[in-house]
Amino acid sequence: MNLPDNLRFSKSHEWIIIDENNTAKVGISDFAQHSMGDIVFINLPSVGDSFDAGDEIGDVESVKAVSEIYSPVSGTVSAINEELLTSPELINEDPYGSWFIEIEGATIDDSITLMTSSEYEEFCQKES
Amino acid sequence: MYNYLPSTDSQKSEMLKSLNLKSIDELYSSVPHHLIVENLDIPEGISEFELVSKMKDIANKNTVFATVFRGAGAYRHFIPSIVKHSVSKESFVTAYTPYQPEISQGILQSIFEYQTNICELTGMDVSNASVYDGASAAAEAVSMCRNNKRTKALISGTVDPRVISVIKTYCDAADAELVVFGEKDGLSDLDSLVEMLDETVSSVYIQQPNFYGLIEDCVRVSDIISKSGAKFIMGVNPIAMAILKTPGEVGADIAVGEGQPLGMPLSFGGPFLGFMASKRELLRNLPGRIVGQTKDKNGKRAFVLTLQAREQHIRRDKATSNICSNQALCATTASAYLAAMGPNGLLEVAKQCLSKAHYLKDKLTDLGFSPVYKGEFFHEFLTYSPVPTNIVLEHLEKHGILGGLPLGNRILWCATEVNTRQEIDRMVALLAEVVK
Amino acid sequence: MKLIFEKSVEGRHCASLPKNDVPEFELGDELRRSHPPRLPEVSENELSRHYTSLERRSFGVNSGFFPLGSCTMKYNPKVNEDIAKLEGFTEIHPLAPVNSVSGCIEVLELLKKLLLEITGMDNLTLQPSAGAQGELTGIMMIKKYHQSRNDNRDKIIIPDSAHGTNPATASMCGMKTINIPSNSEGRVDISRLKEVAGEDTAGLMLTNPNTLGVFEKDVLEITDIIHKSGGLNYFDGANLNAIMGVVRPGDMGFDCVHLNLHKTFSTPHGGGGPGSGVLACKEVLSEFLPYPNFFNTSDFYKTEDIPEKSIGRISGFYGNFLVYLKALCYILSLGKTSIPLSAKTAVLNSNYFKNLLSKKYNIPFPNDCMHEFVISMKDEAKNKGVTANHIAKMLIDRNIHPPTVYFPLIVKEALMIEPAETEAKELLDEVAEIFLEIYDIAMNDPEMAKAAPINTEISQPDEVLAARKPVLNFYDEENVDV
Repeated sequence: MNLPDNLRFSKSHEWIIIDENNTAKVGISDFAQHSMGDIVFINLPSVGDSFDAGDEIGDVESVKAVSEIYSPVSGTVSAINEELLTSPELINEDPYGSWFIEIEGATIDDSITLMTSSEYEEFCQKES
Repeated sequence: MYNYLPSTDSQKSEMLKSLNLKSIDELYSSVPHHLIVENLDIPEGISEFELVSKMKDIANKNTVFATVFRGAGAYRHFIPSIVKHSVSKESFVTAYTPYQPEISQGILQSIFEYQTNICELTGMDVSNASVYDGASAAAEAVSMCRNNKRTKALISGTVDPRVISVIKTYCDAADAELVVFGEKDGLSDLDSLVEMLDETVSSVYIQQPNFYGLIEDCVRVSDIISKSGAKFIMGVNPIAMAILKTPGEVGADIAVGEGQPLGMPLSFGGPFLGFMASKRELLRNLPGRIVGQTKDKNGKRAFVLTLQAREQHIRRDKATSNICSNQALCATTASAYLAAMGPNGLLEVAKQCLSKAHYLKDKLTDLGFSPVYKGEFFHEFLTYSPVPTNIVLEHLEKHGILGGLPLGNRILWCATEVNTRQEIDRMVALLAEVVK
Repeated sequence: MKLIFEKSVEGRHCASLPKNDVPEFELGDELRRSHPPRLPEVSENELSRHYTSLERRSFGVNSGFFPLGSCTMKYNPKVNEDIAKLEGFTEIHPLAPVNSVSGCIEVLELLKKLLLEITGMDNLTLQPSAGAQGELTGIMMIKKYHQSRNDNRDKIIIPDSAHGTNPATASMCGMKTINIPSNSEGRVDISRLKEVAGEDTAGLMLTNPNTLGVFEKDVLEITDIIHKSGGLNYFDGANLNAIMGVVRPGDMGFDCVHLNLHKTFSTPHGGGGPGSGVLACKEVLSEFLPYPNFFNTSDFYKTEDIPEKSIGRISGFYGNFLVYLKALCYILSLGKTSIPLSAKTAVLNSNYFKNLLSKKYNIPFPNDCMHEFVISMKDEAKNKGVTANHIAKMLIDRNIHPPTVYFPLIVKEALMIEPAETEAKELLDEVAEIFLEIYDIAMNDPEMAKAAPINTEISQPDEVLAARKPVLNFYDEENVDV
């Protein structure tokens, strides 16, 4: 399983990276894209929307399924990856290069566990 | 007694034996015993011959008017025989929703052709595979525009009151507001529309031609709405689309309508056909089935149900609508009708509707049935009645003519290509007898 | 094959219209569309052949065995089609005066009486055009019932085996869905139901037999729990064919029920519609029924003054008249003996067929199945890579319409099978042999399963491409083939 060490992972299979300015990028893990299969569409929030950690921020569609995406942190959407709206296949091809949204003022909340790559690997093994 | 059960009694015994059962009733052992119906209180079955005579007797109790001047949402048009024959084919009639593309290319292609026809008629980018009827299409269109910030829908008072009622039913269920804005001279009062538009308005619904048959200034409506962020929904008559400016041309966001005029008989109101089309950017909000073109594993063109992840069987409580069927056979009827007519035939139907309705209006005006409104109209118009409407209409009915629809002391008349000059002149002569 | 638009030749025509015999009226240019619609221009012969070709590429009940679960693909009697073509029914304007439509009203009243007896209900509306619209009508009525009592209950309880329309309907009515799990027998988990039923419960939606084909034997307790909590019970009639004339929703504690006339009462599915989703209810909900209630003929023309308690109109006119006319014909033909006999025969056929298939296929909820049962290909998918979809496609090569695939959601790799009562024993024997043979082939050579179907005009269309780059009409700018 492809699991970069610099990322953190949520139990609902989002990855997150937070920089020194508390700006976060969020996407879905390799495990998630693989279990979804070919992704055909994503719904993303609008720039300016604010979320609490654990809120639903959009969803990912395959041909026969839909999966919600949850925000691993609280904050305000400062950018969305518009390229994914027209080329959702990028999520399958490069899940960690395909960030969904950028969150400003990202604040970690105790209610959402963020795992290291090795913890997440163990979590996924249990789940499958 | 008749039924359609092929297995013989001895076959059924064999089947029961293989299951180690003595009677079929044992298969109902999980049903609480006292709930089993002992004596269903309905008549014994009848033979096919008896059924046909019984139903013919019932049908004969209805009056089939030789001449019809009534529309108001259901229109009598000429239906070529080829249309009826094309859609009566057994595998169209008895198929299910085309879930298995490999054995459903016929139905899928037929719906794809239907979607193309609807886009061409309305000038829109995308169409769904149809919904129940024009009224439910309107209600679904209003629902698809609503969001958390924009919760209120506006609708013109010149829309068919039955359509307004159905939209209201859907809005009430969703606890959403529907506001009817006024009319002026039989047309939507656009000044009042301007006043009512605010950032809570999700959509504005206008009917073209409107319930009184008048042609609305949709270019102006579109101008007014475009700055507001609300969506412009146009309910259109598909025959009128052969000649009138399309929703696409005026800049509407969604076009819906009753497809019955496209080859479906009046049938006491159903089955009819609700069509729905929109701009491409609203595609994901369109409810219902949608057929798309793709390629099969050998690169051959193929059609499939697509964008299904929007729908209830996947999205469940998050789906925008619960609809899970379409009026496939009626959609095929519409396509067969449009192919039989072609662009020139459909234009001729529309022109004759216009011409006959205007001829009728002139003759009625001469008799004292003066038009209520001055605006330009398509194939319907409202007049006053110089004598009580029931006297007028009952006199016509006695002579095999279904006159216009009474609305208080006024009458809504309709003429289409099937109304000949002779019919119109005859009716006018009959009316002359009652207004004397 | 070519699309009708690809067969079009400019200037060709089909239908013949009479010449205009009145002065031509010219519409002002400012009102007219600028370009004509690009409709096909074909001859009548071409049009006839086009639809014949399309029909050949379709599969109906007339084409072969059609065991599509929860869809009740029974034989559609031809006489009913003929009756629905009588001019005395097709040429009737929905707003014609009441005294000219006594035949139509007789149809409505006859059908009403029969359906009320079959459902055990007190009143009904024929307006809903499909099962999903019937559901919507029923839940709207339940909502209005609670509102009329100043009670703002907003939770609808739905088992996890339910059709997706149930939660989608609840949502359209502003209600929240509470899912309850099924127990190991495939039935509603009563203890869980007791936990969730309470003062916020607006109602329960239940399909019985459920989508596993299993009858909810505790149905009386279930409906009682809901009633005691102050909620109402909705019966989803999707599977009524198993119990038609044998057990009545009204006797099981339900307050309303929708009927899919296109399933239970033999009206054809039409490739997706038109159907009819009659909604019947108990007295407690009667005043909330859609308007107009045209059994009261004085309301016939009215478009306003909707009674305060009615949910309002649900259909432009009165629903799909010609469809429910066919259902009436069906009930009149079968009558009191053959209506329940048909249900029982459907249950016998299903149990017989299940028994034959159980030699090889895994049926996770095998007990007390009625008119349908569900196979799981979970182990085969894991061990051999042979999925429910592979089996479905292999059946296509044998001229059998596949069962419902991947539903209900609570069974992994589901194949849901409903062999209706109108199939003969020898056909079930023959088809069962094919199912078993296919199973062996797939297990021995999974690659062969994955290649199916091979006998069809197209095979395994790319659904991902269709969804990622939607081409939805012939002139679509995305259609590079144009």
